[in-house]
Amino acid sequence: MLKQIEGSKAVAEAIALCRPEVICAYPISPQTHIVEALGEMVKSEELAPCEFINVESEFAAMSVAIGSSAAGARSYTATASQGLLFMVEAVYNAAGLGLPIVMTVANRAIGAPINIWNDHSDSLSQRDSGWMQLFAETNQEAVDLHIQAFKLAEELSMPIMVCMDGFILTHAFERVDIPTQEQVDGYLPPFDPRQSLDPKEPISIGAMVGPEAFMEVKYLAHAKQMQALELIPQLAAEFKQQFGRDSGGLVRTYRADDAETMIVAMGSVLGTVKDTVDELREQGHKIGVLGIISYRPFPLQEVRAALVNCKRFVVLEKSLAVGMGGIVATDVRMAVSGTGLKGFTAIAGLGGRNITKASLHKLFLEAEQEKLEPVTFLDLDWDVVNKQLEREKQNRHSGPIAENILYDKGMSTSAAKFG
Amino acid sequence: MFQIRVHGRGGQGVVTATEMLSVAAFEEGRHAQAFPSFGSERTGAPVVAFCRLDDKEIRLREPIMEPDALIIQDPTLLHQIDVFSGLKPDGYVLLNSAHSFEQIGLGELVKQRGHSKMSTLPATELGLKHVGRPIPNVPLIAGFAALSGMFKLESVIKAINEKFSGKVAEGNIAAATEAYELVKQQMEDRAHA
Repeated sequence: MLKQIEGSKAVAEAIALCRPEVICAYPISPQTHIVEALGEMVKSEELAPCEFINVESEFAAMSVAIGSSAAGARSYTATASQGLLFMVEAVYNAAGLGLPIVMTVANRAIGAPINIWNDHSDSLSQRDSGWMQLFAETNQEAVDLHIQAFKLAEELSMPIMVCMDGFILTHAFERVDIPTQEQVDGYLPPFDPRQSLDPKEPISIGAMVGPEAFMEVKYLAHAKQMQALELIPQLAAEFKQQFGRDSGGLVRTYRADDAETMIVAMGSVLGTVKDTVDELREQGHKIGVLGIISYRPFPLQEVRAALVNCKRFVVLEKSLAVGMGGIVATDVRMAVSGTGLKGFTAIAGLGGRNITKASLHKLFLEAEQEKLEPVTFLDLDWDVVNKQLEREKQNRHSGPIAENILYDKGMSTSAAKFG
Repeated sequence: MFQIRVHGRGGQGVVTATEMLSVAAFEEGRHAQAFPSFGSERTGAPVVAFCRLDDKEIRLREPIMEPDALIIQDPTLLHQIDVFSGLKPDGYVLLNSAHSFEQIGLGELVKQRGHSKMSTLPATELGLKHVGRPIPNVPLIAGFAALSGMFKLESVIKAINEKFSGKVAEGNIAAATEAYELVKQQMEDRAHA
């Protein structure tokens, strides 16, 4: 049913349609609306049977999800930013134990400086945790990916994060087609766990594994993600059959056929990128888009196939590997290694910095002319950066950087002023 | 694409206003996208929210910098921030005030832009009268429907019924209806003047 609905509410409705049996979560912006809505649905018994467990922290949220999943219950949680970091030890355990938990990450920056706005630093920091990560472009896709995620996770017995841009998607009202219970039931079978704790037939889960077997267990986690590379397109195709929509898959291209310049991105910024590309196409520029939906597993072959015929590409990413450059860009370059393709990295939108069509226009034209630096920081205020660098050069006791920058930007008069 | 920017203060229902506008547009079969200028909202602090309308899917995710319409929920903002920033030359302006633009010192703006797309509305008073709370958002949405002719009053009422129920819905519908009629009357009076 078509609804004009907030992204978080739409995702909550989708989760409810997937019949989770245990939901445990701790509130953190911008994820809170999702679990609040689910809490209401459990309380009103609209979602039943399901146990909603208020936990005392994110660490507890993931720990409860591990316990309930190990007991054979379909388990869901959601988090963001520092909340995700706080649960990290348990995040790795969930993957290591092979428990098919589904978690929404409402992507948000990581502090310090504390910042509640969107970028992809949080889930990307869990790149190597063993969790799969799918990125939604729209709220419709966020809904659809969650439905696919339960099936994918349970088929492989591996956990998965469905990543949606915090605020930009979670707090946006837009048109979403919410499927019926019959449709979802027709797609997603009841949870049939590969392993479960049952007092009648006692087993143990979570053995200590020494050097003689640790690598094999880890290799199997990798092998499962390699299986996911085959399963994700299959599940998207089955989804299309059942729901009539293209959603999910590994990657998606746009106006890429004869493109000489390709823009690679993940998540909701793809919308603004596509609008910009349409305008540039009208002016005769041969430019196209590659959207990456599956960040883990990373679809090396599909990315290579999508880029191999272009002349140059820009990876536009909302994340920064400090001391290195791009995070997504590193994977994309791995995918095209040996092709001789010219690749640029553009770091954009950190901590919620707006990514505007005007800035993208300029960036893409510079990329087309190959005038970009290997790593570009979109809309970085160089005056403020240089002022701080100079301050540090002049004054040994130059003080806290964030406070200085706020002072220089005229946003704080009370902040400490050094030099 | 038609882009509306709503300015107000935390607690005035600014975000709700854009959400309801998007629901009204959806009720009329259009695509709509509403989103707030995200931040740590505090009561009384300036808040901005956005609503885009189109007859096709809306993909753009940047904030609205060149609006086709402005709804200003609090006239005291005029002294604090440049609410008119980027407004298109033929853009609509709806201001929450019991006074005319001339009375509050915006006569020049009306001279530049002409009267046909500008209106003031005593929205806070209408909220107090019908809902018992000084929340101007619903009267302003209904007033905007009359000013722009872009929404039917009944679509606004549908959006109200989706958001509220019982007495609060009834009060808001009464406030919306009176606001719609007031602005419509203003527009007709001007057309005949």
